[in-house]
Amino acid sequence: MLEMDYSPLILSLKVAAISTFFVFIVGVMIAYYLAKRDFFGKSILEALFLLPLVLPPTVVGFGLLVLFGKKGWIGSWLLEWFDFQIVFTWIGAVIASIVVSFPLMYQSAAAAFESLDERLSNAARTMGASEWRVFFTIVFPLAWPGLLAGLVLSFARGLGEFGATLMLAGYIPGKTDTIPMAIYFAVESGQMGKATFWVLIIIIFGFSLILWVNWWSKRNIRRFTRI
Amino acid sequence: MKRFLLSALVVILSSLFIGCSATDKQPVEDVELLISAAASLTDALEELKGTFEEEHEGVRLTYNFGSSGKLATNIENGAPSDVFLSASTKDMNALEEKGLIINESRKDFTSNALVLIAPKDSSIEIASFEDIDREALDHIAVGEPESVPVGRYTKETFETLDLWEPLQEKLVLGSDVRQVLTHVEMGNADVGVVYSSDAFISDDVIVLAESNPEWHEPIVYPGAVVKDSKHREAAQQFLDYVTSDAGIETLQKFGFK
Repeated sequence: MLEMDYSPLILSLKVAAISTFFVFIVGVMIAYYLAKRDFFGKSILEALFLLPLVLPPTVVGFGLLVLFGKKGWIGSWLLEWFDFQIVFTWIGAVIASIVVSFPLMYQSAAAAFESLDERLSNAARTMGASEWRVFFTIVFPLAWPGLLAGLVLSFARGLGEFGATLMLAGYIPGKTDTIPMAIYFAVESGQMGKATFWVLIIIIFGFSLILWVNWWSKRNIRRFTRI
Repeated sequence: MKRFLLSALVVILSSLFIGCSATDKQPVEDVELLISAAASLTDALEELKGTFEEEHEGVRLTYNFGSSGKLATNIENGAPSDVFLSASTKDMNALEEKGLIINESRKDFTSNALVLIAPKDSSIEIASFEDIDREALDHIAVGEPESVPVGRYTKETFETLDLWEPLQEKLVLGSDVRQVLTHVEMGNADVGVVYSSDAFISDDVIVLAESNPEWHEPIVYPGAVVKDSKHREAAQQFLDYVTSDAGIETLQKFGFK
């Protein structure tokens, strides 16, 4: 291990962070909107949201190529109107990561919102609080432990995303090589030292993330119960 | 649940017995040849199967397609096989060194070329590998050079032409030759480099140029009879058939040289 290229680490963190940012906002919004509503086809919609979780990554990757490829439905439109290409760029990696981590965020957020006591929000409403204020001062703080779990899971999932990313973002060393891709191609070409290095990095990252969340949620649950 | 498991077990066991008795009844002179062959040969060999079995009564062919490296490992570990048709000299050499093939039977039965391909409806005009202009292209799909054989040959070619370095950041590295083909078929890469036999079976790409064989190590396919084969004679017959005029013609029909 004489010369190590650290770009996969920086790229992976960048991709996972940006993807988690979008997944968090959109996931929370959709989950909150759907949490207190029941309508025909809700289960179908939810199943659709969770689909990327159970589909093989190659299927997700193929679907993304059909959508975002240069000749894809969305991809061709973006290229024509904005001269903007998603396939084979790091933004492609962000999109792949968003799609596969969204189910985790949605699932956690939906569970967090559904377990809230509706009477608290209603009490605030009777006192004239706006919907925004109800959300930010009551719903969000109470649901935060669940939302944080979703946030961390999404980040970890984005960090580890490989199959769909390889198809949509391609493997361009120095441009779209995330840690999982660096590991895959290092193993394939027999560079075990390099593979081991990245495997250790990603294990340390994942492990400390989970450790921190567990510690944090335990401490906070204790605090909540004491009140 | 218990009853279900039990009945499932009965079905599985009885089907096993039926399977056994069926093979027991086969006439003794019937020979089943197991051919371990590189995945790129799939279409050509399927066609050869028909004509070979017609001409050699009593011999049946069963193919096991996979990457040459994996097949070689299987044979090393004692997987039954009569003939090994490899896409790389490296894997055949490995078996030869370990004394697992009959050395006299080893023969290079076909070869392949590298071709530059573009999507079917592409307007790119490149007449030869030397004409590749980095300004005109956004992405070039090639195999990953360390792990994918076609990528290794592509790198050699580009290095000979002093193109590897300048094209570096436009190269999208595929994890196998099929992925390279898909990138070009879907129009996501402007051009790509694959074997001529791969370009041949795809309807969605056009061949822009063929590489000069002097630019890279020869892409040859060695074949040999496996030492543990119980039907050496029939195995040799099949290998001879692959290299006969009829065999060569069929291989050429699928883009091999």
